[in-house]
Amino acid sequence: MVRITSEQIALWSKIGPRAVYGLAVQQLVEKNDLVIALSADLGNSSGLDRLKKSRPDRFINVGIAEQSLIGFSAGLANEGFIPFASTFAPFATMRAAEQIRMNLGYMEMNVKVVGLGSGLAMGFLGNSHYGLEDIAIMRTIPGITILSPADCTEVVKCVQYASELCGPTYLRLTGVPDNPIVYTEDYEFEIGRAISMCEGDDLAIIATGSMVSHALNASKIMSNFGMSVKVYNFHTIKPLDEVTLSEIGKNFTFIATIEEHSVIGGLGTSVAQFYSTQPDRPNVSIIGLPDNFGPTGNYQFLLNYHELQAEQLAVRIMDSYRKSQNLVENLDKS
Amino acid sequence: MTDAQLTSMALGIRKKILVMSLRSDSASHLGGGLSLVEILTCLYGKVMNYKRDDPFWISRDRFILSKGHGVLAYFAALNYVGMISDNALNTFMKDGSSLIAHPILNLELGIESSNGSLGQGLSFGAGMAKAVKMKNSNQSVFVLMGDGECNEGSVWEAAQVSAQLALDNLITIIDANGLQSDGEVANGGNPEQLKAKFQSFGWNSVLVDGHDISALSRELTKPRKPNQPLCIVARTTKGKGVSFMENNNAWHHARLTKTNFDLAMTELSQLAHG
Repeated sequence: MVRITSEQIALWSKIGPRAVYGLAVQQLVEKNDLVIALSADLGNSSGLDRLKKSRPDRFINVGIAEQSLIGFSAGLANEGFIPFASTFAPFATMRAAEQIRMNLGYMEMNVKVVGLGSGLAMGFLGNSHYGLEDIAIMRTIPGITILSPADCTEVVKCVQYASELCGPTYLRLTGVPDNPIVYTEDYEFEIGRAISMCEGDDLAIIATGSMVSHALNASKIMSNFGMSVKVYNFHTIKPLDEVTLSEIGKNFTFIATIEEHSVIGGLGTSVAQFYSTQPDRPNVSIIGLPDNFGPTGNYQFLLNYHELQAEQLAVRIMDSYRKSQNLVENLDKS
Repeated sequence: MTDAQLTSMALGIRKKILVMSLRSDSASHLGGGLSLVEILTCLYGKVMNYKRDDPFWISRDRFILSKGHGVLAYFAALNYVGMISDNALNTFMKDGSSLIAHPILNLELGIESSNGSLGQGLSFGAGMAKAVKMKNSNQSVFVLMGDGECNEGSVWEAAQVSAQLALDNLITIIDANGLQSDGEVANGGNPEQLKAKFQSFGWNSVLVDGHDISALSRELTKPRKPNQPLCIVARTTKGKGVSFMENNNAWHHARLTKTNFDLAMTELSQLAHG
């Protein structure tokens, strides 16, 4: 297990999730001969430049060929290796979707697919490079674990735990360098087990990836308005932590989900789908990216445009919450 | 096995194909199954290193039926060599069976991968071949594709990386029967073109009569060129062995009636005694 210090946390935050992914894989390779990193010509963008030089026997560039990336990785996995295959999120999950379905889904090959720069992180590179739909696609393929780390420290955790998990995994990286720090020290992490980040009684926020930090900041803003908000980090989107969701359903009448992903098919949809079968059903407000190809610009501009910054989230959630409470009151009166 | 034994094995597989197809009581891929009989005969009868009583043997050569709809011949061959039991084979195309129109990974039965979506086997095989090299082992990985399948772009992605990584333990055999579902193989897929394409992608590429057991065996057992994957373009006849099926694409995926079954079996028996 990697020892986590405050200096490392600061450094990781500064260099961002992609570079941290590369470092984490490098550390794995040094400890485990079965780990091998692959990319479809995005080794440097995966932070793997050092590994390429220091361990050329543990890095393979298959060329700009994502379908081959997945099929080839599956072949390695079939023989006992633990391949980590990284490329930008839409290229991994859409160009090679059927290879993932056949090899990771149908044949359950132990491949770790890594979607770089998901959500809006690719900024000026535009919608061609954004990860708007990757969760939706991956979660419909049976058997694939989906991890979505909240900050760079959690990227390290996810890489480590994914390597120990025997089964196909999609690791979704969101956020950019100078990434907000969610975890200031080491903590308990378990795949499939959501983490309660702060306590509150009025409503709960279920966030994933880059949005955990924004959700925490939003909860602080809301507390200034007298609201008590509980925040959860759902670093695992599949399998969904139904135990925690059941508890949330018993304790809250309103929840908001926040993700840097289309509002169709992502975390929010998963949560709402779960509650649709439950006796205790809170109102669910799904916050994410709209069902269109929006404008492009730098990352902060995009978060702002989509009203995903903490202040905007606080206003949106309080507004939805009040509406839901009014609805309840009106229903009670009638 | 001697060539005579291999010829007898090929005939046995063809008969099994007809029986399986009849018993399935449904349409099956007869044409493309019959065209690859000699290829599988050579692989399972002579070339590949495997243990019929230990399908999990780690040092076995790997085989991938990338052209997944060729199961009639594949399952028949595995049955012939004793890896799929008669009882299991009798479940072919029955509700709930694991032996259906495309392979489902099942090492116990000697089935190394799930297929059905064309163009995926070569990259899977390339990864296996690389893994074998990384472990300093010496197994070969055989991937059987169709000529129509080579329309898929993913085939060429895999061809590129296999040559780049000098995977000389990877062998692809193309069942070049000249026909695909809608008719003649499209997009420059005749045997000469396929041979040239693989050559230009950096492979050692040869053209052979895919029904000539000794020629096929020779190519499959020759010392391999170092650092180059090998492509054997096997010129075949769709529906081979049954006159009314040969080169008749109506038999790409069709139901075999008892009358046609009897005709076909009679032809095969005559071949055996001819």
